[in-house]
Amino acid sequence: MIAELGLALLWIAAALACLSLVAGALYLRGGQKDLAALVRPASVAQGVLTATAFGLLIALFVRSDMSVELVARNSNSLKPMIFKIAGTWGNHEGSMLLWLTILTLSGALIALFEKRLREDTLIATLSAQAALGLGFFAFLIFSSNPFNRLPVAPPDGQGLNPLLQDIGLAFHPPTLYVGYVGLSVAFSFAVGALITREIGPAFARAMRPWVLFSWIFLTIGITAGSYWAYYELGWGGWWFWDPVENVSLIPWLAGAALLHSVAVTATRNALRAWTVMLAVIGFSMSMVGTFIVRSGLLTSVHSFAVDPERGTFLLVLMAIYIGGALTLFALRAGSVAEGKKFALLSREGALVINNLLLTTILALVLLGTLYPIVAEAMGEKISVGPPYYNRVAGPLALILCLVMVAGPLLGWRKDDGKKLWSRLPLAIFAGAAVLFALILFGGKVGILPLLGMTVAGVVAVASLAPLWGRNLRRTPLPTWGMVVAHFGVAVCLAGMGAESAFIKERLVAAAPGDVIKVGDFAVKFVGVKPVAGPNFTSIEGTLVATTSGGQSFTMRPEARTFPGLMGTAPTETNEAALLTRPGGQLYAVLGQPVTSDDGIADRYQIRLWWKPLVWWIWLGGGLIALGATLSMLGRAQLLAIWRARRHRKSQERFAP
Amino acid sequence: MKAKHQRLVLALFAVAGIAGAGVLGASALRDEAAYFRTPVEIKGGKAVVGEPMRLGGMVASGSIARQSDGLTIRFVATDGKASVPVEYTGIVPDLFGEESGMVADGRMRADGTFVADRILAKHDERYMPPQMGDMPKNMKAPKA
Repeated sequence: MIAELGLALLWIAAALACLSLVAGALYLRGGQKDLAALVRPASVAQGVLTATAFGLLIALFVRSDMSVELVARNSNSLKPMIFKIAGTWGNHEGSMLLWLTILTLSGALIALFEKRLREDTLIATLSAQAALGLGFFAFLIFSSNPFNRLPVAPPDGQGLNPLLQDIGLAFHPPTLYVGYVGLSVAFSFAVGALITREIGPAFARAMRPWVLFSWIFLTIGITAGSYWAYYELGWGGWWFWDPVENVSLIPWLAGAALLHSVAVTATRNALRAWTVMLAVIGFSMSMVGTFIVRSGLLTSVHSFAVDPERGTFLLVLMAIYIGGALTLFALRAGSVAEGKKFALLSREGALVINNLLLTTILALVLLGTLYPIVAEAMGEKISVGPPYYNRVAGPLALILCLVMVAGPLLGWRKDDGKKLWSRLPLAIFAGAAVLFALILFGGKVGILPLLGMTVAGVVAVASLAPLWGRNLRRTPLPTWGMVVAHFGVAVCLAGMGAESAFIKERLVAAAPGDVIKVGDFAVKFVGVKPVAGPNFTSIEGTLVATTSGGQSFTMRPEARTFPGLMGTAPTETNEAALLTRPGGQLYAVLGQPVTSDDGIADRYQIRLWWKPLVWWIWLGGGLIALGATLSMLGRAQLLAIWRARRHRKSQERFAP
Repeated sequence: MKAKHQRLVLALFAVAGIAGAGVLGASALRDEAAYFRTPVEIKGGKAVVGEPMRLGGMVASGSIARQSDGLTIRFVATDGKASVPVEYTGIVPDLFGEESGMVADGRMRADGTFVADRILAKHDERYMPPQMGDMPKNMKAPKA
């Protein structure tokens, strides 16, 4: 019953999306006002119905209802409850339903809470959101139905990829999806504003908190995903420029550009056409990413062996939405009134350079991601890896950081640079100190890490400069947000630079009792023992790491074996052991047993890394997300509304 | 400066940015993109010594030889038509084995051995390079 109800709810929600679209279109063409009155409740109902359908799918996974094809293929009654729930979105159909749930809930939130937009723009925005929803409802119902029943229910399910049995991974996709799909709101705002020609500061101010909201989730999702890859893959790296990583980075870059350009439009009523364009690009990049991952063009743990029919479906949807939005933009761009002018040396000027650099990096990452696909179509097999991305993105990102030093210290419209020149010396001094320290004591350091750490020093000091001489308690939240986020960029950059410049690596075949030196640590290999987990067996190594100061820590890297369920082959995974210290992390991986010439397996391969300041990378990511959150809270004016309400109440109380 | 001029300057900036990005991207792609090669292509003289590339093939049965340091392995990668010796120092992926597919990132040494920096196994649950999909599943590895 549950599965049938879920499917019925999806159909009703799709019908409501159709209704919103038609009613909104008729109203905008000069129709009745009561048509517009339909759109808001229909948008809320779509969100509620789709979320309920998603809840029902979770219930099916919780109950391990093996008569449902999706549950039988992806779950198992023996799995821990938390992974049964996470299994709901650990597959193609379920994750697409989650995607759609977020899309429709975003529409519902706009309908409920957006009060700053003009009525006709709001209706146009909701109609655009419904149009997006409609296509993806069709995709879900016709080609990826999650509620499909099996003619005969198997006794138990086929389980879930053991690698996906990880608490971090369970919550990584939903976070990223909120960010990805949240950008649809900016897209719909842009389409709505283009339709009604209401492009100006009011529209930008309304859009801003929504952009920040999805960008926060993208930031958290990417940071968490990077940490997951770091400890789970056992390769010791934190970013691989894998296509799947790139397609999450690309919308993040678009979002970063958008939230800076929307600031110009909101405050100074300039860069209007550009802001609208970026809003369209942001969600377009989310769709391109979904297409690349879901169509099976790339093969990795993220793409669950999809058939070409689905890829074609997504490609057509994408062509309609992106093509439609761009056509609308081309038709209306000419009539977008000219913005206010500004001097090059001004806040706007710095933000224009910021946008130019961010979009250039975006284009180059996109080029590297798509190039192998294009080359393969032309008969050459090519892989584009870290050397390409480091070479194109590294220098541009460093220039971007230098612009970030200047931007916040410049005034809007026109600036004589006085404030900039008065506050810059300390920042430059900090950078110079870092540079000299690295040259004197750092030994041989590559040029990119060297510049990275130097720029990080400059940015760290300069990012705090907007707070100098201010009453900290009276500094507005968005300013705090900017300072925290920019400081986070410096922390992240310092972590990346230090990790790549000073990483120490040891790979040995060690017998129990051997001591391995790595960085400041002496690591003693004590031995291995077999361990049984809830649904795997494992060989656990014991390492004792001793610092030069005499402190000892025990690390237990594992090599796990998951038995194959229902005839599938067993799977092995490595579980790295991490030791976090103030100065960085020690990372240990247990490899295979080594057989000596006499046939006795008395040694084990062990790989150790000392990674200085590596955790600063994720700390920086967290700070960026925190800064964006502060900024969003300030921009959404929730606090202001709350204070005003309290103020009014207290006034009423004392009224005669 | 009039607003219209400002627009023009911004547009010129954008065009210059796009052109710069195009040049940068194209030159970096030419220098840094690695070709995916099969053993038969390498034997055909398509591989330049020292140039980064990606090698795909099956591990020939009976060819994996562990070196006495316990860390280095040598094996033969084959595509049924030709074979290339491969050397790798490190921990091999869990699903790496004889008569199964693998992809290696690395470069050719002058003596005709492929020196791998990283090895990825086919059917690795974590990662499978797109090129692996093209290898026939039942491709038989001949005896080395």
